[in-house]
Amino acid sequence: MSDIKEVKEPSIYDFRDEERDEDFYKVDAGLTEDIIREISKEKHDPEWMLEFRLNALKVYKEMEIPDWGPPIDGLDLNNIVTYVKPKTKMVGSWDEVPADIKNAFEKLGIPQAEREALAGVGAQYDSEIVYHNVKKEVEDQGVVYTDMESAITGKYEQMVKDHFMKLVPVNDHKFAALHGAVWSGGSFVYAPPGAKVEIPLQSYFRLNAPGAGQFEHTLIIVDEGADVHFIEGCSAPKYNIANLHAGCVELFVGKNAHLRYSTIENWSKNMYNLNTKRAICEEGGTIEWISGSFGSHVSYLYPTSVLKGDHSHSEFTGVTFAGAGQNLDTGAKVIHIGKHTSSFIDTKSITKSGGINTYRSSVEIRPTALYSKASVNCGSLMIDSESRSDTVPAMDIRTDTADVGHEAKIGRISDDAVFYMMSRGMSEAAAKAMIVSGFASPVSKELPLEYAAEMNNLIKLEMETG
Amino acid sequence: MAELLEIKDLHAGIEGEEILKGVELTVGAGETHVLMGPNGAGKSTLGNVIMGNPVYKVNSGSICFDGKDLLEMSVDERAKAGLFMSFQNPLEVPGLTLDNFIRSAIRERTGAPIKIFQFKKKLEEICSLLDMDEAYVQRDLNVGFSGGEKKKAEIFQLLMLEPKFAILDETDSGLDVDAVRIVSKGVDIFRKNGGTLLIITHSTRILEGLKVDKTHVIVDGKVVKEGGAELVEAINAGGFEGLKNE
Repeated sequence: MSDIKEVKEPSIYDFRDEERDEDFYKVDAGLTEDIIREISKEKHDPEWMLEFRLNALKVYKEMEIPDWGPPIDGLDLNNIVTYVKPKTKMVGSWDEVPADIKNAFEKLGIPQAEREALAGVGAQYDSEIVYHNVKKEVEDQGVVYTDMESAITGKYEQMVKDHFMKLVPVNDHKFAALHGAVWSGGSFVYAPPGAKVEIPLQSYFRLNAPGAGQFEHTLIIVDEGADVHFIEGCSAPKYNIANLHAGCVELFVGKNAHLRYSTIENWSKNMYNLNTKRAICEEGGTIEWISGSFGSHVSYLYPTSVLKGDHSHSEFTGVTFAGAGQNLDTGAKVIHIGKHTSSFIDTKSITKSGGINTYRSSVEIRPTALYSKASVNCGSLMIDSESRSDTVPAMDIRTDTADVGHEAKIGRISDDAVFYMMSRGMSEAAAKAMIVSGFASPVSKELPLEYAAEMNNLIKLEMETG
Repeated sequence: MAELLEIKDLHAGIEGEEILKGVELTVGAGETHVLMGPNGAGKSTLGNVIMGNPVYKVNSGSICFDGKDLLEMSVDERAKAGLFMSFQNPLEVPGLTLDNFIRSAIRERTGAPIKIFQFKKKLEEICSLLDMDEAYVQRDLNVGFSGGEKKKAEIFQLLMLEPKFAILDETDSGLDVDAVRIVSKGVDIFRKNGGTLLIITHSTRILEGLKVDKTHVIVDGKVVKEGGAELVEAINAGGFEGLKNE
């Protein structure tokens, strides 16, 4: 506890863009075909991928910026090329990583080699070994776990081609189109029928390509009866000089398959996080989302489950933390198509120091989804009176056989509870952090121990700073 | 015997209403004192003011604890100095287990990591003493606890934290006979280990089997009568009305 108290204001995750013009190529404003061709060439894309990118670029140029959520006009889309140009200096050396970010790594207890990797400036030598061990165990079951670049140029090319941006089409929204045009990095997982992977696959060990956390694409295909837990990110702040993240996650859950997808994201606080995540479940398939959203200046994030097959099931458990200067618009979507499908959404949002949290969800039960069940439960905790928390739950029910429930609670931290805890010897900040951690426990309880500990540590840091 | 707690001419209350109107009260180290009085006399207010509940405002007077000016200290500093209060209505904290809560409290108080083996042994002993299932400490703090379970959990915390001085605020209210007996047993262990007690109550059941050194009666924000254990019996027989008539 005592070392955490030493954290100076402003928050250790806050840092400003201090890059100078001379660090960058001077390029024409806007994305051009030439730039896309250059990216494609650098990445040794197959021909179809180049075509895909060029088409996505066209769609990107035709689409409007979404205007229904938090403002993103601070994002300079005319200069978007500086974010995606392959030779753009995304990161320099470890020495150039701002001191406050380095401190954060230290306080979170992350080893030096991993810190460098997370900051995108170094290869991850220590973790590489761990990764290979993981790889051995999953390979024995015939599970493929590799980076997207290897997948697309190797023997899984056809499988990638059959699934890539089929669930999130490029015309879904402007940033999906942008992603399609400039994506780079990410993970590919294929679990063959019946494979059961006991240990979580961790993308943490894959974030070793410079700038890989920017427009990464994650494609997971879980075949019939297989069972996989994939965990992404960690609670260390992700450092990117460029301030846009537009990743894409596509999850295909086969018949009677089970996929748990856990994420702890902690973006630096200058970041526009415009991420798209979607899962589709075949008959009897289950998707479980565990989601912790921290950091970023603005977030739009609504993991979506398409319950296509009969008896398929979706569970979403998420926590979002917004502090000073943050406007986070997060939630979940479910589309019930198959009969006897069921979904459960449980979200918690925590807001402090003038932050804004908007919980936005949509549950759609189509006429075909007879005898389906949906339950939505959202709770908000406000730490002070300057913060703001909104709830926008939408439901569209097209069958009268559905069983639907919704519950929303907004509360403040109780002064009596803080007094009670302090009377046992806890500082005010520690007491509040424990109340908030408790509030977020539906998420931490579902995470592997080391991630849960990191998340609680992160909550403590957020509570005791700024 | 050295005085552990010394309250002088204490005036305190909530915004716009003075509840304590010049309280004088002294408790020596290792003693067991009882604070009695009718409803609304200011008993719980006094307990909360000693502990430092920010709801109450101190207008004048002083509280000295173990040689320190208590009114200058924050709530957690008071706790670390050895003060404890068993709450009349213990608060619920969802998602935080009693086990985790008590470990964190010990860490905060000692500034050192928990000695796991010692901690577990102590926890087992106290659970058995209080007739508490150990599974109980893995439940969220006070969430869904019955009234009796909450009070037992307070005594559990008292024995785990081993403060110098404990204020028990109506710890016996709402308990059945068996629960009162168990709570009394826990309190007696605390006392025998050298703990100092200020027991706030308006009944006398919790006091059966406890050796009381001194009784204070508070009426309308002032201590109106003091005596030994015999005063408890007098109140038992004649109520507070009898005192007023004296």
